[in-house]
Amino acid sequence: MPGLEIKDVFSETRVFTARSIVTGVLLLVLIGILLARLFYLQVIEYDRYSTLSKNNRISVVPRAPVRGIIFDRNGIPLARNIPSYTLEVVPDQVKDMDNLLDELGKLVKLTEYDLKLFYRDVKRNAQFNTIILRSRLTDVEAARFAVNRYRFKGVDLRARLERNYPKKESAAHVVGYVGRISSRDLERVDKEKYRGINFLGKTGIESYYEDLLRGEIGFDQVETNAHGRVVRTISSTPSVPGKNIYLTLDSELQRVAEQALGDFRGAVVAIKPSTGEILAFASTPSYDPNAFINGISTADYAVLRDSPDKPLLNRALRGRYPPGSTIKPFMGLLGLKSGISPVKKTYCPGYYRLTKGGRKFRDWKRGGHGSVNLHDAIVQSCDVYFYDLADRLGIDYMHEYLALFGFGTKTGIDLNGESSGLLPSREWKRATRNQPWYRGETVIAGIGQGYVLVTPLQLASATSALANNGIRMKPYLLLSEEDALLARKKRNEPVKLNSKIWRDKDLAVVKQAMIDVTDTPQGTARRIGINSPYKIAAKTGTAQVIGIKENEHYKESEVALRNRDHALFIAYAPAEKPEIAVAVIAENGGHGGSTAGPIARKVIDFYLLGKKPKQKRDPS
Amino acid sequence: MNGKKGFSIDWALLTGLLALSVTSLFVVYSAGDQNPDLLMRQSIRIVLAFTVMFLVARITPDQFLRWTPYLYGIGLIMLLVVLGAGVIGKGAQRWIDLGFMRFQPAEMMKLAVPMMVAWVMVRKPLPASLPTVILGFVVLVIPVILVIKQPDLGTAILIAASGLVVIFFAGMSWWIIAVLAALVAAAAPLGWFLIHDYQRQRILTLFDPWSDPLGAGYHTIQSAIAVGSGGLYGKGWLNGSQSQLDFIPERSTDFIFAVFSEEFGFMGSMILLLVYLFVVSRSLYIAIEAKDSYTRLLCGSLAVTFAIYVFVNIGMVTGILPIVGVPLPLISYGGTSMVSLLAGFGILMSAYSNRWFIR
Repeated sequence: MPGLEIKDVFSETRVFTARSIVTGVLLLVLIGILLARLFYLQVIEYDRYSTLSKNNRISVVPRAPVRGIIFDRNGIPLARNIPSYTLEVVPDQVKDMDNLLDELGKLVKLTEYDLKLFYRDVKRNAQFNTIILRSRLTDVEAARFAVNRYRFKGVDLRARLERNYPKKESAAHVVGYVGRISSRDLERVDKEKYRGINFLGKTGIESYYEDLLRGEIGFDQVETNAHGRVVRTISSTPSVPGKNIYLTLDSELQRVAEQALGDFRGAVVAIKPSTGEILAFASTPSYDPNAFINGISTADYAVLRDSPDKPLLNRALRGRYPPGSTIKPFMGLLGLKSGISPVKKTYCPGYYRLTKGGRKFRDWKRGGHGSVNLHDAIVQSCDVYFYDLADRLGIDYMHEYLALFGFGTKTGIDLNGESSGLLPSREWKRATRNQPWYRGETVIAGIGQGYVLVTPLQLASATSALANNGIRMKPYLLLSEEDALLARKKRNEPVKLNSKIWRDKDLAVVKQAMIDVTDTPQGTARRIGINSPYKIAAKTGTAQVIGIKENEHYKESEVALRNRDHALFIAYAPAEKPEIAVAVIAENGGHGGSTAGPIARKVIDFYLLGKKPKQKRDPS
Repeated sequence: MNGKKGFSIDWALLTGLLALSVTSLFVVYSAGDQNPDLLMRQSIRIVLAFTVMFLVARITPDQFLRWTPYLYGIGLIMLLVVLGAGVIGKGAQRWIDLGFMRFQPAEMMKLAVPMMVAWVMVRKPLPASLPTVILGFVVLVIPVILVIKQPDLGTAILIAASGLVVIFFAGMSWWIIAVLAALVAAAAPLGWFLIHDYQRQRILTLFDPWSDPLGAGYHTIQSAIAVGSGGLYGKGWLNGSQSQLDFIPERSTDFIFAVFSEEFGFMGSMILLLVYLFVVSRSLYIAIEAKDSYTRLLCGSLAVTFAIYVFVNIGMVTGILPIVGVPLPLISYGGTSMVSLLAGFGILMSAYSNRWFIR
């Protein structure tokens, strides 16, 4: 019906036109408001604002605070601020720039790069702004310029504080580094807090505790001349220096751990079991954080980034490794908890089958271990016992109780970017692979292979929890923060992550077995226990990097270096009253007992013998 | 419709837009310490935005109508993606990285929301009945909540405004408007407790900037001094001491009007406002002339939203509105908003090409 359509169109147009007229009137009112406001400011109040503008020589200049220092637990600085001389130029005051730079070049070294950056900055800034020409002048250069300063109008020598990492590569992954604030950083930080600040923590502790370390900016109210140059300071609100931070790390122990790892790619994490304090957190290879402060060159960065050894990767925090046999003590505890008797024996013929004639799961020892109970299975690291145990427990039970040691979740350490490892479950497999869980996968998970992945930190934290009778303490790095002005320290309190879960008699069985790993002739790490004045509870581990077929045998000499097994070792000591728990991973290190074990021993030796006697010297 | 679907440009509107863009180049040059790089980047952005406008202008209103639900749906999905990514990575995230540029879904919603609300409105004959109005509100509220979650309150308010304007144009009855206005008035005191501390501070600062002249009141005071000292004729281009001596923060972006007003005075500001008024009224005229209700509602909303931008920004710079991060449309440096603004004008150009007496 065309008539109706036309009627609709007309009525719709009428509605819209009416509303448009209302809108138009509203818009005119709004414009009127703006014009009235402008008229008020620019015509009626003109004299007042004009005066204010002419007298507006008072401007506010932000003053950067001094960044907090990072110490180790003994007060040895890991990150500090050192004075650095910079040469700064105000282009407005320079008559002949080229001539000035020529003359300056005779006194201090000016590279092409310096000059390029300088000219770029001159172009980008107003004429009366101060531009940095050179930073990090040597003392000789600074002195040479100071003597000749009268010849250079508009050039200033200034001492600024620059971040410095005296330990260089050591603990670089923990401490992290600061770098110049990039435009990307500016998008996520509160710009007001960074006025006048050029650096911010990019990684590690520098980044995690950025808010503590940064401090608060202050302001100078300064009087400027007609060109905007500062004439005098009227008043100033001082900046508040950042908090000094004491880490739980022992920098000497850290050094020992790094040296013990030597050329291996790997990680060592040492924790104080009773509190969760991280004593050493080593990841090798490392890098020199000092290179990043003023911006690392693209070529140097490419070398670090593209190196197959991945020096930038914090292996202790983010490296994901199969735990291998180091999972066995934890599995053993699960078995006891489920009601399996510690005297129950499993016969180990050197392989394990789920069904008759089914797939063979091999033991590392070809001939088998014979009949073994839990104690023997841990001491000799019998795989078959744990294949069988895993099958009896089932993946659901394993998932539930291994999680109590922190496997599969972030430990919550005070560093960004922690990996959570992987503790597989039926749900996980269905969600990620859309496949059901297979019994055989439970079996290999029982010896820490298959899907299970742990970080060195998780492994150390779990070992530490075992040493602490199952009470897991949250691992942490911040020992205390110190108010630099008041010289007042605030200690960080340890956090308990769970209450008592495991029975004492069960713990005793597993702990005794771990002692016997180093203390009996059958133990897989018997060589580690030799000549030790204290008892070490430990477990070796060897994690496969490549799959070995059912009928093949792994021969170290025949496998390419990068495909060799990872060597793992967990330990705590003294066994009766644990003071340190350690996890070691040496990538492609071969067997845990022979490669990773000695590394752990060196670390523990240094901690318990190398220093402890000095501190707790007997008065007699 | 057997009308001829030609492509013609509304020269009047184009002239207004070009005038604003050219003004932008002059003010950006002055505000940006006469940095040629900045000027170059702004020019490239303007060319890009106008290209987008001409491309959009070639699309017919019928096609807009057909695409509306999809555009809206895609926008919603992308908002969810961004929100999810923001939750996983830490902190706020507003954009999707396309490699060569960052794309903000919220920018797209500035167009998609009024389109969708208009789409809902025209399903029944106008004036819109109560159920239609309610449906319109639902369609509007979902993306607004998502944008608030980003969190980007400023953009959320602008998106909400663009949708509300459509509903208003659709003839929502006056008594609903009255009830809503009463509700807002009643909820305002409650809102005071819901907003963040810094937002409350900004509102307080508005009433008494001199209570904290070096802190919260700094922006307001310095930009008022800049505007006021401009006087009737201004201090002249490149000669604004407030602007050139770095007293005005964010002077090439959100506070660019302070620079303009200091250097060109009341007369200059009045002319600029008249150009804006011209652009808005021309847009409203195009809306009235549009061939169907959908196009009409959409164009009306685009015109009014543009006017709201101008009012909010200049109101903020002259100290009658609290400080919110809204750039001065087509003048402020940068801002991904330039492309979405000119895409909106592309829709208006298309509406003009297909206006209803061309048959």
